[in-house]
Amino acid sequence: MKSDSTAGPNRESPATREAVDRRDFLWEALKASLGVPIALCIVRVPELHGMQEEGDADVERIYGMGIDIRKCIGCGRCAQACKSENDVPDEPYFFNTWVERYVIRTDGEILVDSPNGGIDGFPPIEEEGSTLRTFFVPKLCNHCEEAPCVQVCPVGATFTTDDGAVLVDEEYCIGCGYCVQACPYGARWFDPVKHVARKCTFCYHRLARGKVPACVEVCPTSARLFGEVGHRANPLARFLRFNEIQVLKPHLNTKPKVFYANLDGEVR
Amino acid sequence: MQGYIYPNEFELRWGLLIVLYPYLTGLVAGAFILASLARVFNVKEVEPTYRLALLTALAFLIVAPLPLVAHLGHPERSYEIFLTPNRKSAMAMFGFVYAWYLMVVLLLEIWFDYRRDLVLTAREATGPRKWFYYTLTLGATDLSDRALQFDDRVGRWITIIGIPSAFLLHGYVGFIFGSVKANPWWSSVLMPVVFLFSAIVSGIALVMIIYLVATLFRSKKVDMGCADKLASFLFYAIVVDFSLEMLDFIHRLYEAEESIEILSQLIEGRLFVSLIVLQIVLGTLVPLISLGVVSPALSKRSIARIPAEVRRLIYLGCAILVQIGIFSIRWNVVIGGQLFSKSLRGLTAYKAELLGLEGLLVAGVLLVLPFLVLGVLVKILPPWPDTELPASPEA
Repeated sequence: MKSDSTAGPNRESPATREAVDRRDFLWEALKASLGVPIALCIVRVPELHGMQEEGDADVERIYGMGIDIRKCIGCGRCAQACKSENDVPDEPYFFNTWVERYVIRTDGEILVDSPNGGIDGFPPIEEEGSTLRTFFVPKLCNHCEEAPCVQVCPVGATFTTDDGAVLVDEEYCIGCGYCVQACPYGARWFDPVKHVARKCTFCYHRLARGKVPACVEVCPTSARLFGEVGHRANPLARFLRFNEIQVLKPHLNTKPKVFYANLDGEVR
Repeated sequence: MQGYIYPNEFELRWGLLIVLYPYLTGLVAGAFILASLARVFNVKEVEPTYRLALLTALAFLIVAPLPLVAHLGHPERSYEIFLTPNRKSAMAMFGFVYAWYLMVVLLLEIWFDYRRDLVLTAREATGPRKWFYYTLTLGATDLSDRALQFDDRVGRWITIIGIPSAFLLHGYVGFIFGSVKANPWWSSVLMPVVFLFSAIVSGIALVMIIYLVATLFRSKKVDMGCADKLASFLFYAIVVDFSLEMLDFIHRLYEAEESIEILSQLIEGRLFVSLIVLQIVLGTLVPLISLGVVSPALSKRSIARIPAEVRRLIYLGCAILVQIGIFSIRWNVVIGGQLFSKSLRGLTAYKAELLGLEGLLVAGVLLVLPFLVLGVLVKILPPWPDTELPASPEA
């Protein structure tokens, strides 16, 4: 290689050769250490830039949410923020997002509750001694890739946006309620005033302004994360890399885009 | 409420009106299939009910979409289902299936069948009545043998197309429910088949009720050959329907998927009266046993020799019980499927109101309305084989 030719004149003395070799090596190393970044600047970086630009234009941007069950403290601020942000009626049976509390007893009994979606907090657990484990599960529309609600909507008023959010066109919905029946997660509700089906939009109006959904923004423990699925450099991507991830009701093959870390098998 | 339900499940989205929809369409399909027995399968005994069954199907088909449209949040947008149907949606096809059945099958078949009568009535009548009937003939007044033979041949073909169409109409309604994978009570490949056979049961029973009651009011003699045959067919249809339902039931019980616990609670609690008492015992077993003993379904003559008057009464009673049973089936499917949470952890309740759009009163009106429509249709197009028609000059 190159070191051989430069080391050529000093071949008589092994010691000198070794010394020159070292000097030579260092010189080469210096050149290399300067050369590689320069070479990268000239060749690689524009290439990367090119990919990124292309990526923004052509590669799909798909939104998703990550929820870490261990971080959720059940404060219900997400459910409250959602109601204010999205003009959801106050009655305790209309929610885009809500928090469930699971109490698993030592005898295997499972108690679930979600009083007013968790907005007003949860009552104390009865007979605490018999509790095996307990945790909170924030729920919302899973913005499924294979959304049953999109499939069944007879007029196409429910649709999936290019970035993977499942939305309802309120000007177009005929209010048949088939989507409410088709959603396995109970994430849809029927607006008593507008007479159309409604659901979580991932706060699409906020996304358009570069903000995260209201529930993510107010979460005091960062139990909820929002980002693009499949991109390495965002909080959701890190969340998906460093946690064991589950989705709700995977057997239904709806391919949810709300990902849970540390989810208990009992959660339905 | 019992256990845990998702907060959004508190309100049942589909109420009494949606119970009526499969009930009414089932009667349409069933009545048509009964009519096809006479026409295509040449079951001579039931011929007295052929036209009556067709008109019954039409009357109920006219009313069937009303509960659907009435329950929509935005009925004024319902036409969108025709303009921009989502081809992946089972419900989107409703408009097309309905239109096909109404326009291509029922109206055409009735027109071809009645054309001769219409022409003859138009000839004999005077004034506006004459013009009314003349309009109904659509100007086709040729009563030559060739024309009448053509009517008959086309009518037969339409019935042949009509049978799969009737299957489609109601099997499709079953598919709307059976294809909802989110709901373990609905999600079953048997659902369209069960819907279909329960439709046949309800259709035969309905035509039998109308035939027996109308004959009584017209002070005519009931054709007992016809009534016996209807009763036998009703018996066979119940056997098939009940077997399918039991197959579905046993299959669920044996598979015992994760939903089995909540569904057992549902059946033992909320649905006990409507499922066990009304649907199975009163609506199925009692008519099944009575018809098996009284009608000549199992042997050439009935097992118990019962005078015609009593037999008639038993048939009428069975047919009414069957109607109650089939209505309960629709109720148990539609309402029952929403009484448990998709979290499979709790049950909710449904209380039908008296007033309001989804109330008992509106439902009652929608149940009576098809009979009023049928009354009008019978007035215009008398279906009775004993009706005296003016003699045809060509005949």
